[in-house]
Amino acid sequence: MGFKLNALTRSLWVYHLSTGSCNNCDIEILDCLTPRYDLERFGITLVGSPKHADVLLVTGNMTLKNIPRVQKVYESMAKPGVVIAIGTCALGHGIFKGSYTCPQCVDEVLPVNLYIPGCPPKPEAIMAGVVKLVKHLREKKT
Amino acid sequence: MDALFSYLVFPGFLFTAGIGCIASWLDRKVTARVQWRVGPPFFQPVFDLVKLMVKETVIPRGCAKGVFLGAPLFGLATVTLVSTLIWKILLDAETAFAGDLIVILYLLMIPGLSVIVGGFSSRNPIASLGASREMKLMLADELPFILAASVPIIQAKGSISLGFILGYQETYGMILGTWSGALAFIAAILAMQAKLALVPFDMAEAETEIMGGVMVEYSGPPLAVFKLTRIMMLFTLPMLLVALFMGGVRFDGLGALWSVLKYILLLVLVILIRNTNPRLRIDQAMRFLWGPVTWIAVLAVVVAILGH
Repeated sequence: MGFKLNALTRSLWVYHLSTGSCNNCDIEILDCLTPRYDLERFGITLVGSPKHADVLLVTGNMTLKNIPRVQKVYESMAKPGVVIAIGTCALGHGIFKGSYTCPQCVDEVLPVNLYIPGCPPKPEAIMAGVVKLVKHLREKKT
Repeated sequence: MDALFSYLVFPGFLFTAGIGCIASWLDRKVTARVQWRVGPPFFQPVFDLVKLMVKETVIPRGCAKGVFLGAPLFGLATVTLVSTLIWKILLDAETAFAGDLIVILYLLMIPGLSVIVGGFSSRNPIASLGASREMKLMLADELPFILAASVPIIQAKGSISLGFILGYQETYGMILGTWSGALAFIAAILAMQAKLALVPFDMAEAETEIMGGVMVEYSGPPLAVFKLTRIMMLFTLPMLLVALFMGGVRFDGLGALWSVLKYILLLVLVILIRNTNPRLRIDQAMRFLWGPVTWIAVLAVVVAILGH
């Protein structure tokens, strides 16, 4: 089990899903892969299909139209997988609170494992969050 | 028993997969260094494969289950067989048989074929698009590759045996040293890039464009098998070129180092081509492979027939 979990946490493939964000969080996520931060050091890569992914990164304030689609993407993700909500909008709508277009937060639709606040969160914050998640996963299962 | 051992362990599966993982790591590491990054740790390909093996397999509703799951295994079995054949001949030229080069070239088509079958059977429009691109690419790269591979055959007095070609190079020097050999080598490298589905020719699984293309519906172990096939191709195809054009491998003293260097040279060349080129459209790729590359290969064949 230890070896499997080791492999799981050392090769996180990320599928990045924007549910109506302003693209600022998405740019910060892509920043994590640039030479300055280089998340590939830890085996983290972006993949094109949710079926390949271990991590579902959700940004944006989950508009009404997006809810069934997000659920579909989550269901088609191969398990075991985790969900990370990034940005103030995904966590609690931010300045869009009370808007008729976004009645639900991300964690009311999906089982979120990690929240990373910020508008947008810095790449350092995202990386610190991922490190905490990996530590948590390792401690929980072994 | 002996055949099973050589298929599964030494020149076959385990050996090829092991070296292939190192080659894949080298690929990612050099890519990272070119992009001024640090790059993944040494065991990254192993972690990726193990992780995929323990994940869930999602089978799309209504797809042909047997074909969907069988296609990756088919490709893996074939690439293992090719690698075993090439290494058996490289290590001991006695095991060569008449026409083994034809068998190798024929079997090298099957991993591509398995990708096409898998893509079409997964019942996804994006995968079908990727599979049709892969099919066109296969049509495009087969012609220059076979023309280039026929240059060593012509030079070795018409013998279609890899063992004989190796023996010929032992006595007369490597085929790369001749004019026709050098030309054919250039064509073969470009066709190899297309066969490996690396960047200028990776339109079949363009991640930013069609989301993984042929692989889009695969997850878990079948995806791991596809990745492993790719990884093993990264070792097998350059080794075939080493055998055809660069005089094979030797394991006595400095010869071993030289043999490893030949492979690494080819691998780094492939990686640099991959890193310095944008992705072509499928029509551009076909025009390129059937145009300039095929003409280079034809020229090489003509020069080889003239005897240079």
